[in-house]
Amino acid sequence: MKILVCISHVPDTTSKINFTEGDTKFDTNGVQFVINPNDEFGLTRAMWFKEKQGASVHVVNVGGPETEPTLRKALAIGADGAIRVNTAATDGFLVAKQLAKVVQDGGYDLVIAGRESIDYNGGMVPGMLAGLLNANFVNNCISLEVEGTNATASREIDGGKETVSTSLPLVIGGQKGLVEESDLRIPNMRGIMMARQKPLNVIEPVDANSETSSVKFEKPAPRGAVKLVDADNVDELVNLLHIEAKVI
Amino acid sequence: MSVLVYTESEQGKFKKTALEVASYAKAVADQMGTTVTAITFNAGDTSVLGNHGVDKVLKVGNEQLESFNAKSYANVIAQAANNEASKVVIVSSSADSKYLAPLLAIDLNAGFASNVVEAPSSTSPFTVKRTAFTNKAFNLTTINTDVKLVAVSKNAFGVKESSASATAEDFSPSIPEIGVKVESVDKVSGKITIADAEIVVSGGRGLKGPENWGMIEELADVLGAATACSKPVSDLGWRPHSEHVGQTGKPVASNLYIAIGISGAIQHLAGINASKVKVVINTDPEAPFFKAADYGIVGDAFEVVPKLIEKLKAFKAQQ
Repeated sequence: MKILVCISHVPDTTSKINFTEGDTKFDTNGVQFVINPNDEFGLTRAMWFKEKQGASVHVVNVGGPETEPTLRKALAIGADGAIRVNTAATDGFLVAKQLAKVVQDGGYDLVIAGRESIDYNGGMVPGMLAGLLNANFVNNCISLEVEGTNATASREIDGGKETVSTSLPLVIGGQKGLVEESDLRIPNMRGIMMARQKPLNVIEPVDANSETSSVKFEKPAPRGAVKLVDADNVDELVNLLHIEAKVI
Repeated sequence: MSVLVYTESEQGKFKKTALEVASYAKAVADQMGTTVTAITFNAGDTSVLGNHGVDKVLKVGNEQLESFNAKSYANVIAQAANNEASKVVIVSSSADSKYLAPLLAIDLNAGFASNVVEAPSSTSPFTVKRTAFTNKAFNLTTINTDVKLVAVSKNAFGVKESSASATAEDFSPSIPEIGVKVESVDKVSGKITIADAEIVVSGGRGLKGPENWGMIEELADVLGAATACSKPVSDLGWRPHSEHVGQTGKPVASNLYIAIGISGAIQHLAGINASKVKVVINTDPEAPFFKAADYGIVGDAFEVVPKLIEKLKAFKAQQ
């Protein structure tokens, strides 16, 4: 089985979110970038398929050279090779188009992406990729088993979960549950050394237009200070929620 | 040319999010000088949609579409959009809508904006405001394609009344082959889900153990709320994963979010800060949640929560 794991290069959750150039660009100054958490669950599940079922695992990112340390980290975790499509990820559709070409050229059977990236939160790349490839698609995927070309997966639904049967080729929009937080791997020194020797192929993008464009960013209005209510005066909280906040 | 909206129903009944997206579609249609067509799957009485701006309902009733399938639902909605020559298609942000929307975007060659929180600031170019950076910022986005697809954030635009009446007609689409088959559904019945709840009561590690969740459930019960928990609580196995809210868990966009014994790690706040009003109850006045909350009580949950339940019961009895 040939697995491709899509890796978004995103600011760490604790990053300060600021914008530059007239609020049109994310300010990367002082920001630590990481593997998108939803993608990391998928990558770790892919490692399991590699170790237990002999699958090969490649990782891919659509982005500029600045994303390479994130791909190297994925190699240090254990991916066999990495691909970077050398173009700015300006829109979900454009990214899905680039990924579709990588999947077709590489003959991948299983593509695992995160359900959404924690920066733009579009949540559209895995589904669009499945649509472009006419492959099966399971979103919000919390468990995945593959036997031959048959797959069993579960997905989170509002209020519970659903178990589905499907087959390869398959695209997964993954999240926590594919593996647990405690299964995530921190690269060790050997992995980091080996990652330097592994291939990281840079390929040029195919022609594709962005279907959407970002005009500018805004930050939410600063919130007022918390209103503290005395622990001996719980009545006041009930009143505030009823009269002031009008939520009960 | 009408704006097409996918209005979700469960067991024939429309969800609140369906009325919200219908209201949103009406706002877009007014801006564009056109009408609203809704598409429904195996829904019962559709007249309520008229009260929220829908002019025409396309009713799909088909056994093959009894249970949700992203590919076939997307395909059927695309057929309806083509029939109606719709230039704008609106869906919600439910788990099912988020699943089908990118497939629908490809079927329609439509540019797609998700997590949209306001009516378009302009329809030419078509510009919408969406959340980004997990609710820490907004992004103004233009959709440049002929057909546009918008997924509206839950509880952001709101349900708007609009006195009109909707005509209904049957719509018989062709059904595509599907490659993902549902084997089983594991759903808690008779309980309000986090996705549908107006109020969410959430417990953290401050509650010390799963045996102390009785008061959380009782508080939720009094308020008609859903129960949720922080990540450590689900990691420790005190509560099921399906209750975990936060960045890697479920998102919450309720009217009221009550956090009990939750310190407010940044990952937790990222997942819940789309909620309108936040209340925190925590012994530690330095807990970061107090900076994100509207109302707070510094105190021991084991003393405060039973009192709150008692006061709320009295309040509810008066209503």
